[in-house]
Amino acid sequence: MPTYLVRRVVLALVTTAAAVALTFALVHLAPGEPFVAGAEERFVPPETVARLRERFGLDRPLGAQFVRYVANVARGDLGESFTRRRPVAAVLGEALPNTLLLGGVALLLSFALGLGLGIAQATRSGSWADAALSTLALALASVPAFWLGLMLLLVFGEWLHWLPVAGMTDVVAGPAPGLAHRVLDVARHLVLPALTLALVNAAAVARFHRAAMLEALGADFVRAARARGLGEARILLAHAFRAALAPAITLAGLSVPALLTGAVLVESVFGWPGMGRVAYEAIFARDYNVITGVAVVTGVLVALGNLLADLGVAAADPRVRRG
Amino acid sequence: MSPLRRAWARFRSHRLAVAGAAIVAALALAALLAPLLAPADPLAQPDPVALQNRPPSAEHPLGTDRFSRDVASRLLYGARVSLGIGVAAALLAVLIGAGIGLAAGLGTPAVDQMLMRGVDVALALPRVFLILLALALWEDAPAGAVIGLIAVTGWFQTSRVVRALVLRLRESDFVQAARALGVGRWGLAQRHLLPHVAPAIIVSATLDVGNIILLESGLSYLGLGVRAPAPSWGNMILEGKDQLLSAPWVAVAPGLALLLTVAAFNLAGDGLQDALDPRRNR
Repeated sequence: MPTYLVRRVVLALVTTAAAVALTFALVHLAPGEPFVAGAEERFVPPETVARLRERFGLDRPLGAQFVRYVANVARGDLGESFTRRRPVAAVLGEALPNTLLLGGVALLLSFALGLGLGIAQATRSGSWADAALSTLALALASVPAFWLGLMLLLVFGEWLHWLPVAGMTDVVAGPAPGLAHRVLDVARHLVLPALTLALVNAAAVARFHRAAMLEALGADFVRAARARGLGEARILLAHAFRAALAPAITLAGLSVPALLTGAVLVESVFGWPGMGRVAYEAIFARDYNVITGVAVVTGVLVALGNLLADLGVAAADPRVRRG
Repeated sequence: MSPLRRAWARFRSHRLAVAGAAIVAALALAALLAPLLAPADPLAQPDPVALQNRPPSAEHPLGTDRFSRDVASRLLYGARVSLGIGVAAALLAVLIGAGIGLAAGLGTPAVDQMLMRGVDVALALPRVFLILLALALWEDAPAGAVIGLIAVTGWFQTSRVVRALVLRLRESDFVQAARALGVGRWGLAQRHLLPHVAPAIIVSATLDVGNIILLESGLSYLGLGVRAPAPSWGNMILEGKDQLLSAPWVAVAPGLALLLTVAAFNLAGDGLQDALDPRRNR
């Protein structure tokens, strides 16, 4: 396990470095200038542009800029945002918890839904219920997340008025409400975006889990458990489910990038103030430091997700631990 | 019965897969014949004031949008974008993936190691973020650039599958025999390995199309890729989102079209997978 862990960490470092280098190259080699972007609206004097370029180090050779950037990142400094005139770490530090809240809730929800769906299908394999659930899973796997979000918003937000349609909190006048009220407010705003992401991801989970459960239910250890006279419920949960959990956990780790990129679209549909929206705005404003900052944070998150999934698999499946 | 006919018989017995393939064929035909089938010019704005946001009617089967354009016609022309980019990018990605997979499987261990470690890294890259970035920075990217970017970032999984198959086949008797007869690497790849790898490639490409169509629609929804006023299903949803309450049909129709198309490709792909699975050939 230790050598394996080292390999994982090295791979994570290389991947993050590659993502940052690629992003850096894309951003700096693309045509266009950050400080004349939006110049249609207002004239920016050339001296000002030159001064800004110097301030952010854009006047130096690309290689030197990259070396400086990497050295800064290694010290935990992500630079300053061009458009917000604040440290990138502060900008991302505000947005990241919102994305983690959305992504985390969506991940848990998608696994609750997906595992349930997978078990229900596997134990009723071949029946009409399996067919109906398969159709549902197929539809969820084939629907664009942003469109599903718009439809949920239309039905539950606009027509039924059950849930708020945008943002993370309601604007309130008067004295600041209590903590319980604020938590409830965020939770109400969280329902639709989290459900959107969760439903789409649940389809992939269910598909994998159905196959894994069917395989586990046909395995020798399940037959042995039956021969020992164990109850079906016990066999299902303690034996088959446990063995089939490993692929699901791996999938959870692999879902991290999908949830992060899905968040870009879903955050834009629901106006959720997360990293996806910050990234989207930064890309169009050519805010180089924020863009590369997002690449750094995303790379680390994806690597962490994979690492946690590997540890989870080792915990869930005794065969992996011994091997 | 030849393996191909057996596979065809199996595919045909898979009713949902046949339905998926039929829907794909119908959609492709509709996209090709869009100029003949469309009730109106997809860009024409006959009367942006009087005919704005009309609900579905006999004249406009799917209603009109904010600019009085016919939604049904835009949907038909949009199919060309989704299907065109989806199929072209999937084919390109699978070709690259198969080429790299063959090279890794047949190359020296050093080449294999280098390629596969590269794939490990590439698989963990934030793909959508990078595509988004490239398209946003290079403004007015043509459709070819969208296809290229999706393909160049989409072949990693295929290369792994092909390499694994090649490594297994390399040890099989018929390949050993061909080697003993003096068949070179290229001949081996062409005549003996490709036919066995082809089913996996076809399945992989079919399932890819659905995912790529979803990806492209997301890019269009963010205002990237195909530019307005030319219709794509993604940018139609983007335009419909602001009138979700007053004219829901503008955003609902392209979303349902995407759902149907992607589901059809997924069903056909699953059916092909079952039909072409070499383990079931014995």
